[in-house]
Amino acid sequence: MAREKLEKKERLKIPRQPMPAQKPMDRIKNFSEVALGFSEDLAVLEADRCLECKKPKCVDGCPVGIDIPAFVCKIQEADFEGALAIIKKDNTLPAICGRVCPQEDQCEVVCVTGKKGDPVAIGRLERFVADWEMAQEGEVKMPELPPPSGFKVAVVGSGPAGLACAADLALRGHKVTIYEALHKPGGVLVYGIPEFRLPKKIVQEEIGNLEKLGVEIRCNFVIGKTASVEDLFLDYGFDAVFLGTGAGLPYFMGIPGENYIGVLSANEFLTRVNLMKAFAFPDYDTPVRLGDNVAVVGSGNVAMDCLRTAKRLGAKNVICLYRRTRDESPARLEELEHAEEEAIDFRWLASPVEIYGNDDGLVTGARVQKMELGEPDDSGRRRPVPIEGDQYDIELDQLIMGIGQGPNPLVTKSTEGLELNRWGNIVVSEETMMTSIDGVFAGGDIVTGAATVILAMGAGKKASEGIDSYLKGKATAKTA
Amino acid sequence: MVVRCSDQIGGPDRRLSGGDPVAKIVSIEEIAPAFKRYVVEAPEIARKHQAGQFVIVLIGEHAERVPLTIADNDPEAGTITLVVQEVGKSTMEMGTMKAGDPIQVVGPLGKATHIENFGTCVCIGGGAGIAPMLPIARALKAAGNRIVSILGGRNEGLIILRPEMIEASHEMIYTTDDGSFGRKGVVTDALKTFIEENGKPDLVIAIGPAIMMKFVALMTKDYEIPTVVSLNTIMIDGTGMCGGCRVAVGGDSKFVCVDGPEFDAHEVDFDLMMKRQRIYLEEEEIARKRYLEKHACKAVDGVEVS
Repeated sequence: MAREKLEKKERLKIPRQPMPAQKPMDRIKNFSEVALGFSEDLAVLEADRCLECKKPKCVDGCPVGIDIPAFVCKIQEADFEGALAIIKKDNTLPAICGRVCPQEDQCEVVCVTGKKGDPVAIGRLERFVADWEMAQEGEVKMPELPPPSGFKVAVVGSGPAGLACAADLALRGHKVTIYEALHKPGGVLVYGIPEFRLPKKIVQEEIGNLEKLGVEIRCNFVIGKTASVEDLFLDYGFDAVFLGTGAGLPYFMGIPGENYIGVLSANEFLTRVNLMKAFAFPDYDTPVRLGDNVAVVGSGNVAMDCLRTAKRLGAKNVICLYRRTRDESPARLEELEHAEEEAIDFRWLASPVEIYGNDDGLVTGARVQKMELGEPDDSGRRRPVPIEGDQYDIELDQLIMGIGQGPNPLVTKSTEGLELNRWGNIVVSEETMMTSIDGVFAGGDIVTGAATVILAMGAGKKASEGIDSYLKGKATAKTA
Repeated sequence: MVVRCSDQIGGPDRRLSGGDPVAKIVSIEEIAPAFKRYVVEAPEIARKHQAGQFVIVLIGEHAERVPLTIADNDPEAGTITLVVQEVGKSTMEMGTMKAGDPIQVVGPLGKATHIENFGTCVCIGGGAGIAPMLPIARALKAAGNRIVSILGGRNEGLIILRPEMIEASHEMIYTTDDGSFGRKGVVTDALKTFIEENGKPDLVIAIGPAIMMKFVALMTKDYEIPTVVSLNTIMIDGTGMCGGCRVAVGGDSKFVCVDGPEFDAHEVDFDLMMKRQRIYLEEEEIARKRYLEKHACKAVDGVEVS
């Protein structure tokens, strides 16, 4: 489509296009996706806002280095297929990342258009082209594969790190098998992130595309139990192993009353609802207990997911308890705003210190400590300090801990010789992502601690380069 | 398609990867009222299973993840044996499956039993708890222990796996609630008599209903006999991810799925555990009733509704 390029001045006049979304009072009654996505016209209009900087800062802001101006430019030309081809060079899961990346802290925060006004909605544009492709008739175009290398790689965990690593390895001609402990692939994309934020159909399609690249996925297989990392080399004949097992160990606070019925981890709550479909009990066998008054401790993305899920399940009062303020909240801005629109009762500078229960062991409430911000801590954020004597009680039927996760020790503890740091995360070479064991690589939350989908994908991708060089080295050694 | 076990274990090419994640039921047989024995083709699990470990089973897209103990394994044949008591909707529905049906099985999960030559071990199995006791008793016997098994049930018919347990033990003691077999009473009565007549054993292992394990623990604490119990709590993933299975052991929170299922009986807070086991009692009843209404005909053959 031939179209005159807009002048810079014209571009700056276009306002950032808002994301069409379900109305708050409608969406709290369903689990359908909240953000509806751009239309073609909206996408082109938004893309026109890009100034096509000579030295684009956004590319540096992207953990996987997508050539953002190039794909946005293709959208301006309404060449959506071309736009997607550019994204897919660096990101194999654009429909997912367009939805869950914290763009406001990455590509969009450094956008030059954003210096005087609002940045280009890069994430929404990424999502648009990925959705556009899925809506097209016929098969998704797959990149051509090189001849088989003859090497086999096992990828442990089918979350973002594992999927990204597997895709890149397949594109380099290696035979990849992903091992997943749960009965469905996708890791946190499936058990953790709710349908209303990331439809499972999207995850399935992206995983289906991976299978088209020849990647095999073996569910119900726990590395560390069903087979060890050593078995993967000796019995299963793999030449390299990637560990992307994630941050699957829920933290509790260690306050009195945490074992009362109705106190549960965000992982348990979200897994029941998302993976096991407890919202449809008794048509699905797994139940979830709720009640009228629900509190979630924490204010990250996982906490937002819990708050909004509880609201959709029919809880009347849904309270967020966070010991810092809105400014320090680690959640993605869009999620925070959506939660606020959905009438979540945010209690900033508040932290439970004791949980109350009755004789049947059921949770009945909590004592909440008011906090204030003190001196900055190691993370640079101001440390929350309790205000002496300032406490109050709340009534509760359920309390969900969304305060973070540690590395799941199932693989690390069962693998001798694997070097860990003092938090139990795997230590890797920054350059190659190889662990202390030859041929064993790692990336994602199991290395960095709980972070984001895109950082895990970036790590998986980086590890695939390390693995590829390692295998090439092996091939050279063989022929020499 | 299920990957043939011969392709996977001991065959000329032991290299394997992938295959369909779905395992297959080889046989189902009723061994007592509302107790069924399943032989399941799951070669990797059969090869790795050690006494004390368990699996999680899913019987369909709508199903919940049910933790089940492993009663036996045959690494050569690539099969594991599950003994399941039909108590709720999921186990009843599982009981209607047929040989050849696909089933999802993941494991072996949890820590294996610590096996060494302790001396004399009293193995107490109550009801469905006899099934996981079998591989433990066998392993302890193989390590040179003298095995005294105390098996308890409501009546004679519910003392399952007797021939297998006799083979795994040096001495058998039975108790039934109605006195229809062995001694009338509960397993703790039999344990007390055994200790009074024979002195203290070196180890007691108890697996069964929480209330039984609680009273065994109380008794052996008085006698200062080291005691191990295997806990069966509500869980989802079985890999330490959800924390739903947590119990208080020695004042600390422990996950049954990865830290257990076996713990020092004298450190377990059984009262809390029993409360936590009842979290979804209401929902379990809804599901059970709904299932029985839908499948009224199937309830007649075999499933006893109390």
